[in-house]
Amino acid sequence: MSRIALTAAAFLVACGAAMAVDSNSVLIQNVTVHPVTAPDISNASVLVIDGKIAEVGSKAPAPAGVTVVDGQGLHLYPGLMNAATNVGLSEISAIRDSVDLDEIGLFNPELRAEIAFNPSSEHIAVTRASGITSVISLPGSGGNFAGLAGGEGTVISGQGALMHMEGWTWEDMAIKPSAVMDVDFPQIQMVPHQFVVLLGLPQRTFADVEREYKERLDRFSDFIERARRYKQAKAAAAPDFKSDIKLEAMIPVIDGKIPLFVRASRERAIKDAVAFADKTKVKIIIADPLELGSAGPLLKSHNIPVVLGKTFELPLRDDDPYDTPYTLPSQFYKAGVKICFGTFDTEFARNVPFEAAQAAAFGLPHDEALKGLTINTAEILGVGDQFGSIEKGKVADLILTDGDPMEARTNIKRMFIAGREVSLESRHTREYEKWSKRP
Amino acid sequence: MRPIASLLATAAVLASSIAAETTIIRNATILTITKGRIEKGSVLIQDGKIAEVGTTVNARSGAIVVDGTGKYLTPGIIDCHSHTAVEGNVNEGSVSDSSMVNIKDVINPLDINIYRALAGGLTVSNVLHGSANAIGGQTIVIKLRWGKTAPEMIFEGAKPGIKFALGENPKRQGYPPDFFSQGPPEPRRYPGTRMGVEEVIRESFAEAKNYQAEWKEYNDRVARGEHPIPPRKDLRLEPLVEVLEGKRYVHAHCYRADEILMLMRVADDMGFKIRTLQHVLEGYKVAKEIAAHGAGASTFSDWWSYKIEAYDATPYNAAMMMRQGVVVSLNSDSDELQRHLNLEAAKTMRYGGLTEDEALAMVTINPAKQLGIDDKVGSIEVGKSGDLVLFDQDPLSNYSKVLKVWIDGHEYFDRGKDLETRGQFEQRKKVLLDKENATPAPTNQQPANQKRGKHPNEASPTEVSR
Repeated sequence: MSRIALTAAAFLVACGAAMAVDSNSVLIQNVTVHPVTAPDISNASVLVIDGKIAEVGSKAPAPAGVTVVDGQGLHLYPGLMNAATNVGLSEISAIRDSVDLDEIGLFNPELRAEIAFNPSSEHIAVTRASGITSVISLPGSGGNFAGLAGGEGTVISGQGALMHMEGWTWEDMAIKPSAVMDVDFPQIQMVPHQFVVLLGLPQRTFADVEREYKERLDRFSDFIERARRYKQAKAAAAPDFKSDIKLEAMIPVIDGKIPLFVRASRERAIKDAVAFADKTKVKIIIADPLELGSAGPLLKSHNIPVVLGKTFELPLRDDDPYDTPYTLPSQFYKAGVKICFGTFDTEFARNVPFEAAQAAAFGLPHDEALKGLTINTAEILGVGDQFGSIEKGKVADLILTDGDPMEARTNIKRMFIAGREVSLESRHTREYEKWSKRP
Repeated sequence: MRPIASLLATAAVLASSIAAETTIIRNATILTITKGRIEKGSVLIQDGKIAEVGTTVNARSGAIVVDGTGKYLTPGIIDCHSHTAVEGNVNEGSVSDSSMVNIKDVINPLDINIYRALAGGLTVSNVLHGSANAIGGQTIVIKLRWGKTAPEMIFEGAKPGIKFALGENPKRQGYPPDFFSQGPPEPRRYPGTRMGVEEVIRESFAEAKNYQAEWKEYNDRVARGEHPIPPRKDLRLEPLVEVLEGKRYVHAHCYRADEILMLMRVADDMGFKIRTLQHVLEGYKVAKEIAAHGAGASTFSDWWSYKIEAYDATPYNAAMMMRQGVVVSLNSDSDELQRHLNLEAAKTMRYGGLTEDEALAMVTINPAKQLGIDDKVGSIEVGKSGDLVLFDQDPLSNYSKVLKVWIDGHEYFDRGKDLETRGQFEQRKKVLLDKENATPAPTNQQPANQKRGKHPNEASPTEVSR
């Protein structure tokens, strides 16, 4: 190649990296396509028209006026999804004023994460840089510290929203504003004695904790029963019907349109939650379990999916095998349960691909790990027809990488959200650029 | 024990100790860290030390031979910031200068997190006091010799250290009571500002210098044949004098660029060196100054935003400091994170484009340099300790896992054996539980927990947490 041609090629590459394609119709050529739901296709193209995938294949045509992106032999994956975060609602976790989580009140189904999602949060771009194009943002932290301390705590924190990682306003960014109903499932949990002393918490016996647990569970059942009656009264246009903002928000739950996103860490809580779902006839997703125990057949027979929390955890008990949290995802998978991954936090939301990879290192098939960041996530969240794979008709959330996106040493090179190229710069790259220039 | 069983046990111990003398790992990809990579290479460990490294090594009769085909061998991973094995609280938070307390006194060799870390390839930890005080307690370097006693875990010849802490943590107890908080305000403890933190360190070292002078004068007079009254021994100032005399390393917890610079200036004024800056999230802003002072930087791969002083963090920090000539390591500060520091190292390839060797150096030879033990550990070189890790694949891959770990040539972890023994442990546990269940409940006396005034149906908290 001549020097001029080389310079021109370098210039084009530089432009490609620096300038986002300002269009939601693009043809991405010369890539290995990893559709996730179908075998990989090498040296292929993907055509995106008006933000949707129009063609996938080796000879997708380039209509006039569509920007062509040369993928330079890189890999094209669907954008990754994180099924559980607090992105947008928490900026600096130690500073209460910057955190909008865990509203006061036992039942807050009417609260919407969507409307408090800060589109200027630095966490959005940081999360995006790891290849994540959408996240569930939850209104609760799952901490329930007030509950542990014998206070009210929370059972329903509100509606978790599925958000795109790009946009000017939260309205722009919302994919599914009421994707899940965030629930801290009541469970019997003693505070270790040292924390009782350290934090000056009230001394509570097992009997106290058990009684509160039962009361809380009863109140939860009652609340759902009230919502069911409310719905009937509303439908029947009963003469004394009065609208109620909380019960109104529960109607989609009663109708099975919004699943309860049930945080249940222990085997007993998982079984309790399934029994609760049976009794109250609501749809549930199990979230952030720390063990499976013998709950596998129950989850499988009820077709209940699971959003896993961090794989990088310590075992629950001193005498558990050292790799128990690493093998947990494969335990669920082998039990026939549909799984996907979340991080249940903000600052490490970007590391969800590595949580999945660690599960793959310890028994989860590699493709299942990738599905747990893409198609399974989309299906569990009820958007499987639009997201989670590279298929004709789906929203064009795409990432261009130089390798497996679950490997830390892979670079995420370019990203498209709904067909539009977005920047992979963040607060972190800006500091890098700025301070690298310090004389 | 019956004589034959005893004899067998002795024989087993002897056999294993002899076997530990000589091990050959054959046909593995050897990542020496300091001398490149050897494809299909072998390593001979003898008398606890690396005796030969190369494409082939001389066979030894009676040596254990480990087939490393398709596998990767690295030096043992080193964590420059850990609190694992510390019994109880890591902070003596009552005073601003707690240099009199020593982590060495509270090492718990039974902490299960030692074994869990070992299973992630970690062989050496710098075990630190917490960050509640401007000058914290004395620190110690350990080898993760699981099964040994606390004194046997201490890294022979590794210089002890002392923890310093700057910024939010040491000043937190000095804040005025929060107007909005409920309950009685906690008693305040000086300092409550970064200015106060600086002053605590400066004042303590001024005192240490006076103390050092008193002893010098005393020793001089003794040398002259006089019989002076010795100065009163001060357990707080002794370790600070050791810092002044270069006998003890300073490991300083810090975040912001201003406080990093401040500490190095105080050290310059007082005539000592900061050995490592810990966390040092804004180190990239003053990397030149850090390099000039000669401090090492032990940071997180990608932690950020959990507090305001961590908001300017960037995961490119390690790469940026390295490029300014700072010796950089990645630490865990966590019982969990220390289990996969190789994967933390892999992140520096994404954030800053480090090479494989540079990335792995961040968790091997660099922390060894920072702890002054790089003549003994941190790379695969003849003469260094037989601290080695066998991975099933490239340790910079997120799909890799640890198969075997040796310390001083002795095998301390083997995944195959761990998997094999799980069934036995489960069986033993079941036997005990069955026994407990089979024991009839006492009927002629009150249940034990009722004697303590609890409800008879009440389970103990430990039962619940199982």
